[in-house]
Amino acid sequence: MRRLMVSILEQPLKIPGGLSLASNKAQSLREPLRQAPIPERLIVPLSQHIGEAAEALVGVGDKVLKGQVIARSLNYISAPVHAPTSGTVTDIGEYPVPHPSGLKGVCIVIHADGHDTSAATGLAMDNVFAADAADIRQRVREAGIVGLGGAGFPTAVKLNPGPQRQVELLVINAAECEPYISCDEALICCCTQDVIDGVRIMQHALGATQVVIGIEDNMPRAIECLRDGLARAGSHDIRIVPVPTTYPAGGEKQLIYALTGEEVPSQGLPADLGIVCHNVGTAAAIARALLRGEPLISRVVTVTGAGVRNPCNLEVRIGTPMAEIIEAAGGYTDQVSRLLMGGPMMGISMPSDRVPVIKTTNCLLIASREEAPPPLPASACIRCGQCTDVCPARLLPQQLYWHAHAREFDKIQDYSLFDCIECGCCAQVCPCHIPLVQYYRFAKTEIWDQERQRQKADLARQRHEFRLERLEKEKKALEERRAHARKGLEKRPKAGDADAKKAEIAAALERVKAKKASQDAAARNIDQLTPEQQARIAEVDARRSGDGTAGR
Amino acid sequence: MDFPTQSSPYLPVANNLSRLMTQVMLGLIPGALAMFWFFGWGVLFNLTIATLSAVTAEAAMLTARRRPVKATLLDGSAVLTGLLLGLALPPLAPWWMPVLGAGFAIVFAKQLYGGLGYNPFNPAMVGFVVLIISFPLQMTLWPPPLGMHTGATLGFVDTLQMVFGGTVPAGTGLDSLTMATPLDAAKTQLGLDYTWSEILARPLFGHVGGYGWEWINLAYLLGGLWLWRKRAIHWQIPGGMLSALFVVALLFYIADSDAFGSPLLHLFSGATMLGAFFIATDPVSAATTPRGRFYYGAGIGTLMYVIRTWGGYPEGLAFAVLLMNMAAPTIDYYTQPRVFGHEEQ
Amino acid sequence: MLTATLALGILSALFGLLLGYSAIRFKVEGDPIVEQIDALLPQTQCGQCGFPGCRPYAEAIAAGEADINQCPPGGDSGIQALAELLGVDPKPLNAEHGVPQEKRVAVIDEQTCIGCTLCIQACPVDAIVGAAKQMHTVVAEECTGCDLCVPPCPVDCITMVPVKQDIVTWKWPYPESDTRPIVIARQA
Ligand code: SF4
Ligand code: SF4
Ligand code: SF4
Repeated sequence: MRRLMVSILEQPLKIPGGLSLASNKAQSLREPLRQAPIPERLIVPLSQHIGEAAEALVGVGDKVLKGQVIARSLNYISAPVHAPTSGTVTDIGEYPVPHPSGLKGVCIVIHADGHDTSAATGLAMDNVFAADAADIRQRVREAGIVGLGGAGFPTAVKLNPGPQRQVELLVINAAECEPYISCDEALICCCTQDVIDGVRIMQHALGATQVVIGIEDNMPRAIECLRDGLARAGSHDIRIVPVPTTYPAGGEKQLIYALTGEEVPSQGLPADLGIVCHNVGTAAAIARALLRGEPLISRVVTVTGAGVRNPCNLEVRIGTPMAEIIEAAGGYTDQVSRLLMGGPMMGISMPSDRVPVIKTTNCLLIASREEAPPPLPASACIRCGQCTDVCPARLLPQQLYWHAHAREFDKIQDYSLFDCIECGCCAQVCPCHIPLVQYYRFAKTEIWDQERQRQKADLARQRHEFRLERLEKEKKALEERRAHARKGLEKRPKAGDADAKKAEIAAALERVKAKKASQDAAARNIDQLTPEQQARIAEVDARRSGDGTAGR
Repeated sequence: MDFPTQSSPYLPVANNLSRLMTQVMLGLIPGALAMFWFFGWGVLFNLTIATLSAVTAEAAMLTARRRPVKATLLDGSAVLTGLLLGLALPPLAPWWMPVLGAGFAIVFAKQLYGGLGYNPFNPAMVGFVVLIISFPLQMTLWPPPLGMHTGATLGFVDTLQMVFGGTVPAGTGLDSLTMATPLDAAKTQLGLDYTWSEILARPLFGHVGGYGWEWINLAYLLGGLWLWRKRAIHWQIPGGMLSALFVVALLFYIADSDAFGSPLLHLFSGATMLGAFFIATDPVSAATTPRGRFYYGAGIGTLMYVIRTWGGYPEGLAFAVLLMNMAAPTIDYYTQPRVFGHEEQ
Repeated sequence: MLTATLALGILSALFGLLLGYSAIRFKVEGDPIVEQIDALLPQTQCGQCGFPGCRPYAEAIAAGEADINQCPPGGDSGIQALAELLGVDPKPLNAEHGVPQEKRVAVIDEQTCIGCTLCIQACPVDAIVGAAKQMHTVVAEECTGCDLCVPPCPVDCITMVPVKQDIVTWKWPYPESDTRPIVIARQA
């Protein structure tokens, strides 16, 4: 175990690179957070985050209660899915899901019954702060909680740094650096107590000695709410550090750097430094699950942009189609031109508003043509280096672009492609309007695909070699048997001794008959079958004896 | 409702190529004005002819390559190549020299490689080198930098006749109209065993650099600093180039101040500042990593000193730039910055 | 003049040394050439190249008995990789050996299958499970899409279906752009 010495800096650092962008958060913060109506029909995807998809536990026609588990997680990096409201499952099938590909994914469709009756979840704990960390983790897992800030990594996994690692510092990420998004700020102001409870539960589960809430210094209201809340709760050990507002200071690695001056190793985890980082929304979700027994079935979503009438923050049930949320925010204005899930720098554009909100939907940006104009035509890179200046990962975006453009996937990894966080700063400043981030995404998915192909090829090679070996062995065995038989034949009386041969044939026939009889009697286990099944078996048998001989 | 999709980011982009090129052109104004002041109309002729030829050549090549003509011309890169070449040529050069240089620069050094972004060499400097190798005599047609205020510079009509007709105004000779540039003269006279202090005593020289030239260089320096403030260029290339030139010159100057010019003389003579801020900073053919840019600049500064001092040509900028263009990919490879989260190599 | 030439000479010699040094320093010790070629082949084992499998083809390439453009499943990128490895010019796929097709897997219509095991004997990677007189099934993850099981089937119950793209295997498209240099630049 490495010696850990993380400490929170007195003066937060400025992250490398980055951009200062107009924050555009005020419009959605004019009204306080409110509940969005529960729609009639909810579409709940089985895969809402990084990791394996969940497996459906309900069938079409089943009645479900709010908070009931409708799909369970199959492996470690996965999270179960709960019914967002009470109602009836009307379909389990492929529906469009929020993904850049616009492809469909398996979803459970629930028709709400309007009663919103809760199931007993058994998630609440009596005395959380005396509970065992493993128990807390288990309940967080059962509550289906994933990181609500971005990629949606299952939270229980991140609460378990492993036996060799000691967590010194818990960083709570409240630095909402992307323009337009204000869901964390709305949540902090409205549910301060939940946030603080959640933070303390996490601190307890991780055994972290220090806790710091990193927040952007342009969110004074949220800072004040947190200060008041912490003072009321008497949690003086939890520090609030306003970090300079720069995009992307809210990235996990960037925030940790700003607060501690430590760089999370490439391909590594913050836990390698003795740090764990969670989003504020996740903290609130944990508090609601463990204190009030509510699994993750809703989240705060910022609905904003010039394309929507009343920008606001809404608490939305997971599975609500985006169109309904936009309706709840006053509907479209005639300026609407694009629908983005997430912010304008890292969000993904949705092909339609029929897709549902998932656990990682932090913002719906209904952008006008001015806010998100169609891409400008690109010209060749002039190597001006402006992208290098703003890259928070200190990469050389122009070199990455050059190799991605030429599809040189080996060389692009020499330039650390996988350290790119796809923040979009480079593409934002490029005078040539090159869609740099798309090039990097293209290269990354290509490389992953090649890796899959390679693994498949390796498997095929192995299996082929194995088969060749097997054939070789079988051939040898056959030859041996033949040689053996030949030897036996030589020992026997020569041809002409007809009686002996006849007897041998008779004996062989007898053996075959006996075998057949026993097969007919024992091998068929058909007594308990329905008449239709028996009829089908008879049919197959008939087909086999008919065509089967022809084939041989 | 359905929407168009696209990869992030989505915010409107403020930056564009023509803005960048326009900034560089604006940065050239003080230097160009100073040159006009000291050398007269020839400078303007050069600028106009070189720019027009560059644009024409670009348009022709784009048409031949079936590329969008108007959009590409609007990016301003061809104009800039023309301007830079025009400023580098001697003001009394006959009209076909800028035509030839700019045409060669655009056609061979830029478009045949694939256009802006794919040219491994600085087009303006390729044009310049072709001219200086092919027509060394015409490349010495620098008038004395007397300045408009003396009234001794050649008038508009005289210049016109000389540039387009090759006719020298009555009562003068080519020799009286042109004069060796300070660097050129210094080299010749050092060859004749004069010492620097003797050479510097001539009227050819001003306070720190060549007479007139020092003002021109100062003007380019101002324009360059403005560009840097506007973030159109990075400091590393001019910084590396000027400091290398200064340091190398200083070392030799300390060793033997009679045989070698002073560092300030080198900084404020010839095309030093034009080169440092406007030519060496051409991003396409330069090194692109932050550290690499510094080394690249330093390489140019050093080579420039070497060529000025021992080379066959009085001004080494063009050769130095082209040589370092060749080294740029290697420099980039070995000067990659430490990526966030990586160990120091 | 002489000094300048000398200076430039020294300079270019320096760059040369640097390049030479890096070539030595970053040189990778590799597997025997057959292994390296085999590693680049897609392992479909389809035999379209004219050899009884990927490895025999790799051996033939190594021995100089076969060209690098005979593997349709590897496609242009495969040829490119081979050309790079062997330091030869890439060439277009030899159409005699077939054309690249999208990824496919075999599916056995279990209603029609008579359990004759002929496909099992044909499959180069043992991707078909089943015993005599039992219905057979293709293990999709193991199937290479080689087509070899299709002809032997006496009742034509095997079809090759394209592999559907899902969210996990989806790839970002290459950005459309008209910034490609003309050919001369690629050689430069
Ligand atoms: S900002 Fe654009 S043009 Fe400039 S170096 Fe980066 S990719 Fe090239
Ligand atoms: S998208 Fe990647 S390369 Fe571009 S600035 Fe962000 S981290 Fe750097
Ligand atoms: S199942 Fe058929 S197509 Fe698939 S690998 Fe085996 S023989 Fe080839």
